[in-house]
Amino acid sequence: MPGSQTIIVLLGTLLLGIAAGLVGTFAVLRKRALVGDVVAHSALPGLCVAFMLLESRSILVLLSGALLSGLLGAACVSFLKRVTRLREDAVLGIVLSVFYGGGIALTRFIQNTWRSERVDLESFIIGRAATMLQEDVMQIGIVLTIAAVVVVLLFKELKLVSFDEQFCRVQGWSSTGLDGLLMLLTAITVIVGLPAAGVILTAALLIIPAAAARFWTDRLSHMMMIACAFGGLSGVTGTLISARIAGLPTGPLIVLTAAFIFVASWIFAPHRGVLFRAREGLDTSLLPWVAERQEDDGGAA
Amino acid sequence: MTAAILDIHDMTVAYDRRPVLWNIDYTISEPGLTAIVGPNGAGKSTMIRSVMGLVPMVSGEVTAWGQPAGSQLDRISYVPQRGSVDWDFPISVFETVLMGTYGALGWFRRPGRKQKALAAECLERVGMQDFAQRQIGRLSGGQQQRVFLARALAQQADLYFMDEPMAGVDAATERIVFDLLRSLSEEGRTIVVVHHDLRTVAEYFDNVVLLNVRVVASGPVATTFTSDNLQATYGGRLTVLDQMAEAVQKQKETT
Repeated sequence: MPGSQTIIVLLGTLLLGIAAGLVGTFAVLRKRALVGDVVAHSALPGLCVAFMLLESRSILVLLSGALLSGLLGAACVSFLKRVTRLREDAVLGIVLSVFYGGGIALTRFIQNTWRSERVDLESFIIGRAATMLQEDVMQIGIVLTIAAVVVVLLFKELKLVSFDEQFCRVQGWSSTGLDGLLMLLTAITVIVGLPAAGVILTAALLIIPAAAARFWTDRLSHMMMIACAFGGLSGVTGTLISARIAGLPTGPLIVLTAAFIFVASWIFAPHRGVLFRAREGLDTSLLPWVAERQEDDGGAA
Repeated sequence: MTAAILDIHDMTVAYDRRPVLWNIDYTISEPGLTAIVGPNGAGKSTMIRSVMGLVPMVSGEVTAWGQPAGSQLDRISYVPQRGSVDWDFPISVFETVLMGTYGALGWFRRPGRKQKALAAECLERVGMQDFAQRQIGRLSGGQQQRVFLARALAQQADLYFMDEPMAGVDAATERIVFDLLRSLSEEGRTIVVVHHDLRTVAEYFDNVVLLNVRVVASGPVATTFTSDNLQATYGGRLTVLDQMAEAVQKQKETT
């Protein structure tokens, strides 16, 4: 029988995994997966500044600071992309590491200055799911509820902007607004995930379950549900393994579980999986020749 | 006098301060089929994309039925180039076509029976009903193009902009597309097509815009699509001279 702390952690990582799968599906399909990574890394200096200014260890204060600087990081990306005309990957790399560097400098500074108090900002770097509080679980639950309501209400709009942004605009929708909303959902999901998974690993939760889900279906609604299931499963399995074996940290194990699911999906999924395709390939090894012939026939007809 | 269906006035568009379209003036007063032709980099796609507000204009004004074009988007339909979307997206042919009805539905409302019937009808019009449940990536290029056309049909617009709908498609699709354009035009709709194949212009279109950054000439195909005008549009580019000769020859045969 697991203790009550284990139950809290299990519940927290389950809900976090579901929320990440839900939001991550759209982030991945809109090709904005790395935005989550930028938000997470950029959140660190905000956490520190919030702590220094308000001298508060309240999780809400810290996470508000994190959210603001995470969004600032994302804003820097779009600003730099516009004024420097650098490629997106370069800009993402610059912003992510500069904010993260600033964050690390600040955490060390705080650690040395507020030596007397027990400040544990460094736990935000790789996360500390094992010490999750009821409060944290509540926050994750609230974010999951918000994300679910938005996705249910705006499913068709989010599908449209993810698939064909130009067509979306031509129909008179505000693609900036929809992208902004998606960005905000991504940001709050990442931020509530920080105490558990940390700035370095949270984005993986967003990306890996969604990417794994893509192997199993060709329908967006199914992909979303499978991503939620994979996210939740990763959360629970990672937590159980780390509770079982002393010394193994929860956050990294959640990510490793998700990665295991991803690899299994890539290998075993029907139709899109590598095994299935290899078998198909053998069966139709004459395919190029057949296709060529059909083309000739078509041309002659 | 009623307002023109489409009126482009003094439109200039630039990328990185280099003008790609310069002082474009063009008016469509009568429904019909218009082709925009010109060499690569002439700004053909940019022209229709600016009209719909996808590319910002440096100066100029675009009105549709006397109103700013941006306020008439519910009556305007768009077929983008095939390469503009990710064909691996988890979506079926039918769902893609259904997207054409989203604009009329507005926020929050989901497509219902009426929208689904319309989408099915549009799929049938392009001969793709048998592929309704297929993921869009598992189609040939011509079939993908037809899905885009069906989606545009589901918008039930009066003015259609199509960006190279005939690029890289099979002969069957090309015939279906042209038949569709013809029947849309007979229904009194206006269609503007960015077209790359000079040989088919005279055969299928009523009007032509010869574009090379500026509008070199525009008007009915019979009087506008002349070898002098083509020469002026394409300059001395040898690769197209043969095509031009053939095009003009063909036009003489049809008229």
